[in-house]
Amino acid sequence: MLRLHPYEYHRPRTVNEAIALLAEHAGDAMPIAGGTDLVPNMKHRLFTPGHLVSLRGIEEMRGIGEDEAGFTIGAATSLDHVATDEAIRNALPSLARACSLVSGPQLRRMGTLGGNVCLDTRCTYYNQTLFWRKALGYCLKKDGTACHVVKGGTRCVAAHSADAATALLPLDAELRIAGPEGERTTPIGGFFTSDGVWNRRMSPGELLVSIHVPRQRAGTRHSFQKLRARDSIDFPMLNLAVRVDFEADGVVAGVQMAASAMGSYPRKLGKLDEGVAGAPLTESVVEALAREAFRQCHPLTNIPVDAEWRRAMVPVLVRRAMVEIRA
Amino acid sequence: MRETLSLTVNGDLIETSAPTHYTLLETLRYILGLTGSKQGCDKGDCGACTVLLDGEAILSCILPVQEAAGRSVVTVEGLAGGPRPSPLQDALDLTGGAQCGFCTPGILCSATQLLAGNGSPTRDEIEHALSGNLCRCTGYTKIFEAVELAAAACRSGRTAGEVLAARAEGG
Repeated sequence: MLRLHPYEYHRPRTVNEAIALLAEHAGDAMPIAGGTDLVPNMKHRLFTPGHLVSLRGIEEMRGIGEDEAGFTIGAATSLDHVATDEAIRNALPSLARACSLVSGPQLRRMGTLGGNVCLDTRCTYYNQTLFWRKALGYCLKKDGTACHVVKGGTRCVAAHSADAATALLPLDAELRIAGPEGERTTPIGGFFTSDGVWNRRMSPGELLVSIHVPRQRAGTRHSFQKLRARDSIDFPMLNLAVRVDFEADGVVAGVQMAASAMGSYPRKLGKLDEGVAGAPLTESVVEALAREAFRQCHPLTNIPVDAEWRRAMVPVLVRRAMVEIRA
Repeated sequence: MRETLSLTVNGDLIETSAPTHYTLLETLRYILGLTGSKQGCDKGDCGACTVLLDGEAILSCILPVQEAAGRSVVTVEGLAGGPRPSPLQDALDLTGGAQCGFCTPGILCSATQLLAGNGSPTRDEIEHALSGNLCRCTGYTKIFEAVELAAAACRSGRTAGEVLAARAEGG
């Protein structure tokens, strides 16, 4: 049995009300949407805010809108809604796929896309009960000073473990964030930092309101691959989002990949275009990309399952993605 | 700190006073005495606490109770809606789909939502719908068969027992 600590629960109806509540109780308040990550974390005493500000009753944060520019998805829209939305499945299949692979069915009905983007980083030495963490002497991310992943490490390397957030990177998504000083829009590519304690460029008083995904141009194909022990419930052991842009004549114009469940942020792999642009996507090109991705990916022991094996699965995920993209 | 909330539980509109930090599961089990929904992992992994919230199977162990206010909750105790078991409960009993029984209340809620929207689910669809419910007896095959049997019973307007008897006679 895991008890929650006492808190006051607020249910605002608008974004402005929610931001005012977060400001009023600054330092002792947290927003809660689906609560699928926050509630277990609170049960583990990783967070003990005196005030929770629920986002579930805020109509303007829910739903999927579509226009010529693309899709605008309210941050409090459930992952299940995004995964099963017909228009999203047709236009942004890799996003629908990533959302459909988060945890299990009940949790996807509760968990939200915004929550996935803002998901706290995870670590073997962090996502544990207070009793467990205390017995180990705590860790860098919470209550302690030592890192158990990187011996002698002074920077937290807890793993970014969000499936949908990784899929959103090569889709060039933009995030609309509201705060006490008004609204701002930021590309998801610049949203994450390498600090495992707090890996978002967003202050605790701000709220992610919506996610905009531009319409993808004809000739752009995406694939999302997730590695996990079971085909349900589990967090990723490795995530890979792949985008290939094709010219009208079928040759490759560019390749992008984002990988996560390694360090504290979803990482865009570099230099993938070299020797690939202008060529058709043949087996040997796929193999070259698989080798390059392997070279750049270095899973850590911050999440369970052998890091060497997870690294060896990087080229496998690249090949699986390319089979989908070439189909 | 307590809060008075009104919600519908198994068809009855009730008013209850719960500590503000209670989950829906704690409110069901420790205030309303409805211990059918199980407290398994208690952190959203196992599915034993699954209940229907406005018809959707969700995890009550990680739902702050305030989010159920003004809404309709159905637990395993309310699935039958009468003195006789629901076709699904009947089928689970007849196929031996409940072994230790701990996961059964959650399984029943997930499968109830599936059958409410799909009268002829394929084995894949059943497996997918139940993929958030762990059975540590690992008796999944009989559980899947039970959902298929319940669907067949509902389609034919017969009881699960009658469907099985007809099958035994080759009809």
